[in-house]
Amino acid sequence: MKNDIVLIAQSITKYFTDPLPVKVLDNVSFQITKGEFTSIAGKSGCGKSTLLYILSTMDTDYTGQLWIGGEEMKTKTEKELAAVRNEKIGFVFQFHYLLNEFTVLKNVMLPGQKLAKLSDKDLEEKAMLHLKQLDIESLAKKPAYQLSGGEKQRVAIARALINDPLIIMGDEPTGNLDKKNSDIVFDIFAKLSSVYGQSMLIVTHDEEFAKKTGRTIVMEDGRIISSG
Amino acid sequence: MKIGLIPEIATALLLARLRQTLIAAIGVTFSITMFVTLLSFMNGLNGLLDNMVLNRTPHIRLYSDIKPSENQPINLSKKYSGAYHFISSIKPGSNRKELYNVGAIVQALKSDDRVLGWAPKVAAQVFYNIGPIEMTGVINGIDVIREQNLFYFEDYVVEGNAIDLQNIPNTIILGKTAAEKMLAKVGDNIQVTSGSGEQYTLKIVGFFQSGLAEIDKVQSYASLKTTQKILGKPNNYITDFQIKLHDMSMAPKVGKEYSSLFRCDAEDIQTANAQFETGSSVRNLISYAVGITLLIVSGFGIYNILNMMIYEKMDTIAILKATGFSGKDVKKIFITIALSIGLIGGFAGLIFGFLLSKVIDNIPFVTAALPTIDTYPIDYNPVFYIIATAFSLVTTYLAGWFPARKASKVDPVIIIRGK
Repeated sequence: MKNDIVLIAQSITKYFTDPLPVKVLDNVSFQITKGEFTSIAGKSGCGKSTLLYILSTMDTDYTGQLWIGGEEMKTKTEKELAAVRNEKIGFVFQFHYLLNEFTVLKNVMLPGQKLAKLSDKDLEEKAMLHLKQLDIESLAKKPAYQLSGGEKQRVAIARALINDPLIIMGDEPTGNLDKKNSDIVFDIFAKLSSVYGQSMLIVTHDEEFAKKTGRTIVMEDGRIISSG
Repeated sequence: MKIGLIPEIATALLLARLRQTLIAAIGVTFSITMFVTLLSFMNGLNGLLDNMVLNRTPHIRLYSDIKPSENQPINLSKKYSGAYHFISSIKPGSNRKELYNVGAIVQALKSDDRVLGWAPKVAAQVFYNIGPIEMTGVINGIDVIREQNLFYFEDYVVEGNAIDLQNIPNTIILGKTAAEKMLAKVGDNIQVTSGSGEQYTLKIVGFFQSGLAEIDKVQSYASLKTTQKILGKPNNYITDFQIKLHDMSMAPKVGKEYSSLFRCDAEDIQTANAQFETGSSVRNLISYAVGITLLIVSGFGIYNILNMMIYEKMDTIAILKATGFSGKDVKKIFITIALSIGLIGGFAGLIFGFLLSKVIDNIPFVTAALPTIDTYPIDYNPVFYIIATAFSLVTTYLAGWFPARKASKVDPVIIIRGK
């Protein structure tokens, strides 16, 4: 069973010190097993995004412990954490961050080229496969800035998938999309989870979205009040 | 990581800001162009001025100076050997101008392998007679071929043929200024009166211009034989030996050796022309200082543009970090950008610098002071190009390093959440 646990958070506590010391996360502990489609819900300001950035290893200023894929994160250097993000975590953000200097295909391939486990040719095939799954293979050669919001978010999902991550993390991935595109993105997530067994941890304030996920962790004032 | 990924990302960022990049590169190009041109020109000029002196100055000159005897009679007296001697009104004892033992000196010079070459000289004080007017002058009796080999004599003969001195007896090459004063032309005959009062008629076979009007007014050249004849001296009468060595820095030592061996005086080039080296090094220092200042200014240009680029590309930096690029990777990307601006701008600068030097090299520059050149002098020393390349890379690296470090420290959370 233990091998099936992809992420463990234990007693994670964080303060914002500016302008006054405020406890934003208070002793947060939970774990995510493989294939789980989890959402973290809660009101704005409850600390759910802050928690996600700690779990994503980008924010290292906290107390408590974090294991991803059985590895302790607290002791790792900045470079090692970057490697973890590259290999084990896929990101989807609220503001579909793509690199405007590159084409859609290149955007998807970049984390794979950084990891360098596959040759460029294999990576390209893999990226095209993901784009096809998400129904946007026709956009592959377009520069990223020409895409619509919904299209960009799907490209971001393809990018998150390129290195077969342990877990996909999303910070309000539908927060900036209209109803139709939100549904498309949700359906993609649901399919990834049910068909491919992809673990997912999505932060959202959209109750409807949260309800449809497999498990919902509800937060309030920096504490977990229900872990689904 | 895939090799070439960092340059690829750097190129994409560069192309996205092509105009700014070009301006930064043009800054580097301009400064490298000026650096190379300035140094080439400055050193060309230095070389010219130094050669003007070095080409015509022997490394060692052996001569017999007019001076009082070092051993006054009282010094020889055993009776007063312990006493301190006060001697007043000492006069130089001998007016002998020629060197002793010319044959032995020649033998010594021939067998000394430190010596590159030597040329004998006879200096004769004369008057040039122009109608009723007399002008003082010095006729240098020279061995034309040796003088040509060692001191490029022919370069300074502006009219006529230097070798005619040797081939035609009783001929003279006059200083240009002196000739102008006498209204003399090549082919004319002039009268000279020697110090002892004898008159000779000499045929002018050419004019000589050293670039220093004072010299050209007084000095003229004739063959050794002609000069010895004017002075009424035998053909072993030699007043100077001009020596060039393989290694110029040996001059003081070799000079002392000969001076004590042949009981004559020796003057080395280091003593005679110390001020020239100082002048050259100061001019070099100034041109390097100006060139490096230009490069530093262009470095600030690159610094500014990279800083701006980093503010514009915060999103890109954040997303690269979020998807697994470390701070070090980001730093490498921006340093690559800086270095490619430096490399491309620098390379163009080298080419333009070379072209500009070529242009200057072809600008006519005719002056009486420098008879051997007709365009501005340029030194195409590859060292300047190497220094320029090295400096352009160093300054752009430094200019890129600080912004790159800032980029590597960007906190992706702040950017991603901050929207």
